[in-house]
Amino acid sequence: MRQAPARLEPQFAIDTLLQTRLIEFIRSARENGFSLGIAEEIDAQRVAQFSGITHPQHLRWGLRSLMCADRDDWERFDALFNAYWRPVRTQRKFQPSPSAPGAPQAAQREDKKGGGQGAAAEVDRSGVGTGRDAGDTGVQKGASRQENLSQADFRFLADAGQMRIVEDWVEHLARRMRRKITRREKLQCQGRRIHMRRTVRNSLRYGGTPIQLAFRRRIRLQPRLVLLVDVSRSMAMYSTVFLRFARGIVKAFADAEAFAYHTRLINITQAVRQADPIKLQHSLSLISLGWSGGTRIAESLTVFNRDYAHRLNDRSIVVIVSDGLDTDAPDRIPPQLEKIKRRCRKLVWLNPLLGREGYEPLTGSMMAALPFIDLFAPAHNLQSLIALETALIAL
Amino acid sequence: MSKAPKTEAFQKNLLEAGYIAERSLAATLLLFTQLQRPLLVEGDAGVGKTEIARALSKIFDCPLIRLQCYEGLDVNTAVYEWNYQHQLLAIKLLEQTEINPAKAEQDIFSEKYLLKRPLLQAITESVAPVLLIDEIDRADEAFEAYLLETLSDFQISVPELGTIKGRCKPYVVLTSNATRELSDALRRRCLYYYIEYPSFDKELRIVNTRLPEVGPQLARQVVAFVQALRKTDLRKNPGIAESLDWAAALLRLKVSSLDQDIETVMDSLVCLLKTREDSAGLTRGEVERLVAGAL
Repeated sequence: MRQAPARLEPQFAIDTLLQTRLIEFIRSARENGFSLGIAEEIDAQRVAQFSGITHPQHLRWGLRSLMCADRDDWERFDALFNAYWRPVRTQRKFQPSPSAPGAPQAAQREDKKGGGQGAAAEVDRSGVGTGRDAGDTGVQKGASRQENLSQADFRFLADAGQMRIVEDWVEHLARRMRRKITRREKLQCQGRRIHMRRTVRNSLRYGGTPIQLAFRRRIRLQPRLVLLVDVSRSMAMYSTVFLRFARGIVKAFADAEAFAYHTRLINITQAVRQADPIKLQHSLSLISLGWSGGTRIAESLTVFNRDYAHRLNDRSIVVIVSDGLDTDAPDRIPPQLEKIKRRCRKLVWLNPLLGREGYEPLTGSMMAALPFIDLFAPAHNLQSLIALETALIAL
Repeated sequence: MSKAPKTEAFQKNLLEAGYIAERSLAATLLLFTQLQRPLLVEGDAGVGKTEIARALSKIFDCPLIRLQCYEGLDVNTAVYEWNYQHQLLAIKLLEQTEINPAKAEQDIFSEKYLLKRPLLQAITESVAPVLLIDEIDRADEAFEAYLLETLSDFQISVPELGTIKGRCKPYVVLTSNATRELSDALRRRCLYYYIEYPSFDKELRIVNTRLPEVGPQLARQVVAFVQALRKTDLRKNPGIAESLDWAAALLRLKVSSLDQDIETVMDSLVCLLKTREDSAGLTRGEVERLVAGAL
């Protein structure tokens, strides 16, 4: 029953109008977080050629397979398709708070992810902003969404004595951390197992007698640490030590990365890597707008997932440093942590409050996060970090 | 000619090849044969991801080449390997002859001594085969990146031999169980289909087609039981393969109706429950309730 894998002739001519509509559809999908390129725009035309518009269901199925990349996309696609191709009346149903076409992409994303709470959250946010706008001197306990506009002082990072203690310890840690043994093997001049291919190659030189043996050995890879440090006001007491920790880690581990977040997420890897204390101070000051302000953990994690998560792999150990005091809704945290967890090897959460007498992780965000955490440990100063050595090495 | 009958015809072809597919899947597969993009299929274990490739190879009457991925999969097992024994032997034989060394080396590293592994085999077939890359999530990222390159160029370079250009573009089906997140680049290159657990009707049709001797009554009960079981909070949900196993087991145990002998049904549940927690968690009372619901 040979069914000719031969090409079918395109069955429908596509006019310019449909072409434009298709491209617009792909653009709107892209704004909604689908990852699509020019190749997809071209193939979408071919999909339409094969299925035509007289059978919208076929067009839907075809485009769905073409444009979706994972289950998330798969489940969102129908709503998107309806919103675009169905008459305007149904279009309203899709996005709870449709943003203007010219609105920045980030805002649209937020609306979509935040689901129905978009408008409500907006009101909340401005409420917090005006109500507690006491400036820098006002005491703000717990979390808030406010950004601190003053620039923080990072001279502590250059304190040579303190930094040396951290660096010594981190280097020690880096040497001892369990290396992931891969099944892949590399070439060695000494070893126990013979590398056949290279040995045969070498033996040609000696007329086929395998005089010069080549060996193979398993590769051991260092874990990649990714550090997310909360530098909001509630963490101000501890951020010093953790930034030192971040600096030590970034220097000691080959491809470690460090991020700081408060209401926004900032990549500080390059900045803390700088050896010159003045340059270090300078580059950190530039990105420090909002330092010691409020906290938006879920939002920061969302940004992390969107922009940086693709760098995680099965060697990555993600370390989140936070007290878990958050102004975002607690239910926004689990999906984000789940995404991180799926991409990394281990997820560690260091909580400075955990060391305190009588503290239990009962804040909403902390409770929501617990199921995803592999190692949940207290850390409030250098000593407590050093005490964690065994736990970190064992990861 | 309109497109709809074409999809239906293809759906019928799939049925003849022993694969019962929804219309949307048939439409996707039809498109897949036209667009020359790889197809990435995801879904829970046992929903028939691998079977798709098998059905396609039956329909196109072409070979099915399967590459099972696992951690540590490398070029030697996935792409090609030199046949060392033969090479060594050839070297020894060449010693006796008066042949110039340059030619000797060329001879030793010729296609004669090249063992083709699935990827190389797939692109050098004369008829485009179906290439099934099973459980791509189990291979590591380095291999995924290599695969991506091979799938876009359909050529493989062997350092000793040069670049081998593909003679055909295989139909590439990738499956994933989501034990690891795949790279965005790979996902983007592929067509995507997510297979859900089958509906009652579809699963019943599958059981009836695959095991006609079970009989309509028992088949209906088995499917209803399994469907209800999937709604309970199991650690590992039974797939279609498990339903078929269980139906076959019940047939052997000469059970013609689930309520006839609860003890035997309990014993045969090993076909469906695959973890210790699940088999400990499903009590007799619970089974009786499920059986009552399935009648």
